[in-house]
Amino acid sequence: MSTHVEHAEPGIFRKYFWSTDHKMIAMQYLFTGMAMALIGGYFAYVFRMQLGFPNQYVPGYGIVTPGRYNALVTMHGSIMIFWVAMPVLIAAFGNFLIPLMVGCDDMAFPRINRLSYQIFLLSVLVLLSSFLVKGGPFGGAWTAYPPLSAVGSYNLTPAGATLWLVAVALEFVAFLLGGINFTVTTMNSRAPGMKMYDIPLVIWMIVLASIIFMCSAGPLIAGAVMLLFDQTMSTGFFDPTRGGDPLLWQHLFWFFGHPEVYVVLLPAMGIVAEIIAVFARKKIFGYKTVLYTTWAVGFLSFVVWAHHQFVAGIDPRMANIFSITTLLISVPITEMVFLYIATLYGGSIHLDTPMLWALGFIAEFMVGGVTGIFLGSSGTDIYLHDTYFVIAHFHYTFVPIAIIAVYGGLTFWYPKMFGRMLNETLGKIHFWGTVIPFNVIFIPLFITGTAGDQRRVYSYALFAEQSRPALQHLRLTSTIALLVMLSFQLIFIFNFFWSLRNGKSAGANPWRSATLEWTVPSPPPHGNFAVMPTVYRGPYEYGLPGGADDYVPQNVPDQAFGDQNS
Amino acid sequence: MLERYLTAASTYAHWIDYQFLLIAVLVGFWLIVAEGMMFWLIFKFRARDGRATQYITGEETHLKRWITIPHILVILCDIVIIVPAILVWYNIKQVMPPADETVRVIGQQWAWSFQQAGPDGVMDTADDIRTVGELHVKVNTTYHFELMSRDVVHSFAVPSFRLKQDALPGRTISGWFRPNRVGSYDIQCTQMCGIGHGLMAGRIIVETPQDHAAWLLHNSTPAVAGQQALPSPSTVGMDGLATMAEVRR
Repeated sequence: MSTHVEHAEPGIFRKYFWSTDHKMIAMQYLFTGMAMALIGGYFAYVFRMQLGFPNQYVPGYGIVTPGRYNALVTMHGSIMIFWVAMPVLIAAFGNFLIPLMVGCDDMAFPRINRLSYQIFLLSVLVLLSSFLVKGGPFGGAWTAYPPLSAVGSYNLTPAGATLWLVAVALEFVAFLLGGINFTVTTMNSRAPGMKMYDIPLVIWMIVLASIIFMCSAGPLIAGAVMLLFDQTMSTGFFDPTRGGDPLLWQHLFWFFGHPEVYVVLLPAMGIVAEIIAVFARKKIFGYKTVLYTTWAVGFLSFVVWAHHQFVAGIDPRMANIFSITTLLISVPITEMVFLYIATLYGGSIHLDTPMLWALGFIAEFMVGGVTGIFLGSSGTDIYLHDTYFVIAHFHYTFVPIAIIAVYGGLTFWYPKMFGRMLNETLGKIHFWGTVIPFNVIFIPLFITGTAGDQRRVYSYALFAEQSRPALQHLRLTSTIALLVMLSFQLIFIFNFFWSLRNGKSAGANPWRSATLEWTVPSPPPHGNFAVMPTVYRGPYEYGLPGGADDYVPQNVPDQAFGDQNS
Repeated sequence: MLERYLTAASTYAHWIDYQFLLIAVLVGFWLIVAEGMMFWLIFKFRARDGRATQYITGEETHLKRWITIPHILVILCDIVIIVPAILVWYNIKQVMPPADETVRVIGQQWAWSFQQAGPDGVMDTADDIRTVGELHVKVNTTYHFELMSRDVVHSFAVPSFRLKQDALPGRTISGWFRPNRVGSYDIQCTQMCGIGHGLMAGRIIVETPQDHAAWLLHNSTPAVAGQQALPSPSTVGMDGLATMAEVRR
C-alpha cells in the first residue's frame, strides 16, 4: 500500500471492519447478533423436532442423539442470551442510540469501542470453533454446573467445555469495555442543557444495565477462571474430594446470572418506553418514577440470586430470605408496567408496527412476570424447579425482551438507521405471525411443566408419567407452532433487505418524535450533528396544549413556543 | 389444581398443590385486570381525527392514585402469597417429622441406587437391601432419605410426591417424605448430568405393609440382593451408551 491511499475515502475494510464510528460498530453488533439468532433459532428447531417427533430424522439435521441434544439446548441457551440478547439489545442499540440521543458526535472512547466489537467477534469465533473439535460443543447446560463442566470424563466434551468457557469470558470482556463507554459517554458527552432528567429512558436503561452488568460480571469471571483451571490444570476449586465445593460455582454463576436478566430487560423496557411515548403521542406517565423503579430493580437484582438454588442443597433457611427478596422485586417491576399502561391513558394511539411490538411486549411480559411468582415462592418451587414451567416462564420474559422488543426497536429506528421505511403491511403480518405462534409454543409448555415434564431431557420414553399421550400432543403442538413462528421470520428478513433499496424514503423524522436522533438526516452522517444541539426540555413533550404541533423536539428553544412549557 | 395434571401421592403434595392454587387465583386475577385495562385503553384512546392528546406528566395526585391503590393491593397479595409459601417450605424442607424408616439414595451417572435396612431394621448391616433404579417403600410411613452423589450434581425428583432435592458430591443431604397412596411412580433426575441425563429414570413403588414385608423378605437374602446390585444394560436402554461409558473410563 502506498502512503497516499490513506488520504482517500476509507476502503471497504476500514469502513466496515475497522471503523471507530459508533453507528458502524452498532451495525456490526446488530448483524452479528442477528446471524447468531439464526443459529440459535435453528438449534431450537432441531431439539423441538426431537421432542415433537421423538427419535425421527430431523430434516436439515439428522438423528438427534442424547449427547447432541444436550449440546443443542446448551448452545441455544448460551447463544440466545450471550450472543443475541446482549449484542443486539445493549451493544447495537446502545452504540447506535447513545451518541445520537444525548447529542454528541461519537462515543467517549471510539477505539475502545472498536476493540469491544473485535473481542466480541473473537468470542463468536471461539464458540463456533467448538463445533469442530473432538466431542463437539459443550453439553452441560448454559449454567455449566461443575463437576460436570469441570471434568472431561463426566461431560465427554472436554474441548467443547473449555472453548465455551473461554468464549463466555471473552464476551464479558467485550461488554465490560462497551459498558465503560456507554456510561462515560452518557455522563460526560451530553448536549448542553441536557440534565439528568432530560435523558431519554432508553439511554438511562442501557446505562443502568451496563452498570448492573459491570457490577455482577466480576464474580462470574472469577468463577470462570477457577473453572478453567479445574478443567485444564486439574485444580480442585469445585471438586469436593479435594476441599472444593460445587455449590460455590452456583453462587458465583447466579450472582451474575440473575442480574443478567435485568441487564437485558432494562434496554428492552427503554425501547418500549420510547415507542409508546411516540405512538401514543403522550409524555411517559411519571418519568421520574420509572427511573426510580429502575434503580430499585437494579439494586434488588443483586439480592435474589439464590432463588435459582432453592433445592440445590443450600441451607434451607436461606430460601426464606431469597423468597422474600424475589417477591419484593415484583414491586418495582409492577409499578413500571403499570406506569407504561397508564401512559396510554389520554393518548392518541397509532397502531403502527413498532407500537404493535411495544404493546405486545407489555402484554406478553406480564405473563412472564406473574408466572415468576410461582417460582419465587419457595414452597411451589420445590415442585416446579427444573420443569418446563420454568422454561415457559422465562421464555415469556426473554422472548418479549430479545425478540419482541428488539423487533420493536428495529422497526422503530430502521428509518433512522437506513434512511428508508419498512413495508408496513409485511411488518404487521410478521408481527401477528410471530406473536400468535409464540403463545401457542409456550402455553402448552406451562401445562407440560405443571404435569411434571423435566427440562433438558431428549426423550420421555422412560418416564411413565410423562409418556401420557396428552402430554405428547402438547409437545407436538408446541413444535408445530415453533415451525410456524420460524417461517414467519423469513418475512421480516425479506422486508429488512428489500426495504433497504425499495422502501419509501424516510426523511429525518417520519414518526414525528421529539428526541434528538430524529433531528439529524437519516441515515446520520459521520459526526452525526451538523450543528451540535442544545437541549431545552425533557424527551417526551407530546400533546402540549396550545402548541403549533402536538410535540416539541428537545432541541427547540422555549421562546419559539411561548411560555407553555415553563 | 395441580392434581388434575399429576397424581398426588405424598402427604405434602397437597400443601404444594394448595399453594399453587392460591397463587394461580391471585396472579390470574391481576393478570386479567392488567391485560384488560391495557386493551381497553388501547381501544378507548385509539387515534381519531380531531381528538387531541391530553398532556399528563404523571405527577398529578388524582391520577397517580390509579396506580398507587392497585399497587398497594398487589403488595398485599404478595404478602398473602409469601407467608404460606414459606410455611410450606418450612414444613417440607426445614423440619423433619420423626422417621419410621430411613433410606439412602445415591445418584451416579446415570442411575439411582438405593439402600435400606433389611429385616433387622438397622442400616449398614449385612442384610441391607440395595437396589438400582427401583425403590420400594411402605404406604403411610414417614421416610427420611440421605441423598448423595458419586460424581456430578444430580437432582432426586419424584413428581407425584412433589419431592425434589439436588444431590451434591461430597455432601449428604437429608429430607423426608410420607407416601400416602399405593402405586408406582416415576423418579426423575432433574439436573443436567451428562449424556445419559434423559435415561436416569427410576421407579418408586409404594406398597401396603403386607406387600412390603413380603418384598423385604424375598430380597433380603444376600444372593438376590447381589444380583440386583448392578444395572443391566437393558435398563439403560440406549445403543452406544455402554461404549460411551467405556470411553469415559
